[in-house]
Amino acid sequence: METTHTQYKHCDLVKAQGRIDSATAPQLAKTLDDITEAGRYKIILDLGEVDFMSSAGLRILISTQKTCKRYNRGEIVLAAVPKRIHDALELAGFIPLFKFFDNNLDAVGSI
Amino acid sequence: MKDPVSRHPKAHSKPPKTPPTRLDSIFDASAGTPEAVYYPAQFENLDRVREFVGIAAQKCGLDDSAIYAVQLAVDEAFSNIIEHAYGGECLNEIECTCQCANASLTITLRDCGNPFDPAAVPEPDLAADLEDRDIGGLGLYFIRQLMDKVEFAFMPDPETGRRCNVLRMQKRKR
Repeated sequence: METTHTQYKHCDLVKAQGRIDSATAPQLAKTLDDITEAGRYKIILDLGEVDFMSSAGLRILISTQKTCKRYNRGEIVLAAVPKRIHDALELAGFIPLFKFFDNNLDAVGSI
Repeated sequence: MKDPVSRHPKAHSKPPKTPPTRLDSIFDASAGTPEAVYYPAQFENLDRVREFVGIAAQKCGLDDSAIYAVQLAVDEAFSNIIEHAYGGECLNEIECTCQCANASLTITLRDCGNPFDPAAVPEPDLAADLEDRDIGGLGLYFIRQLMDKVEFAFMPDPETGRRCNVLRMQKRKR
């Protein structure tokens, strides 16, 4: 699983590729934690090239959202979520907890 | 777990007169013998066990959506065994068996770690606000939602006599 991080003026874009499971989730957690620990709380997570995600990944999404939304300082939004992943998010009741965008551009423009 | 189909001595001679029962399954391509594979309880093996069950699901004729469901359920179960039965990654093994029969795939995961009581796991609150949202129990919930049948049992290990956890999950072909 690869993560790439691009810092923009007003937000951060993290792109994950591959499979997010208990083995690889810590990498994603670290990438996101580094951003929030630097005091940056507006994050776009591009899941377009993620072909698998277990509850290990969902845990990270929730804990990052909790951190970002604290004191209304920001949020993490999801871009290009594949159908299978979206189905899993739905199963977990996560849809109301995140904003979804078809692509990065829309997400960056909106956050 | 079912025994492998035994070879009938008359399998290669003239056809039997009465409708065959067990004989049937020797010629029935869908009644596969169970394949058991052993993986050390480490997260790096998630890729391998997902691939193993994915291939079994494909051979069994499940569609793409069902194959993904099976892989996700097995991932969650395998991860739970590492975390809860074994208290973390270790070299103890997890046995995974796949069997295709009667238009469904049955996957069995067996570990000889701490006894697991599914009744002790609270159901996640799927309608809670973000602040109140707890992630515990999501894996087990997924397993139950993704698979058609889920059974937990304790069985003694034939060699050591230790009580082992057996999780059996079934996914039907649609």
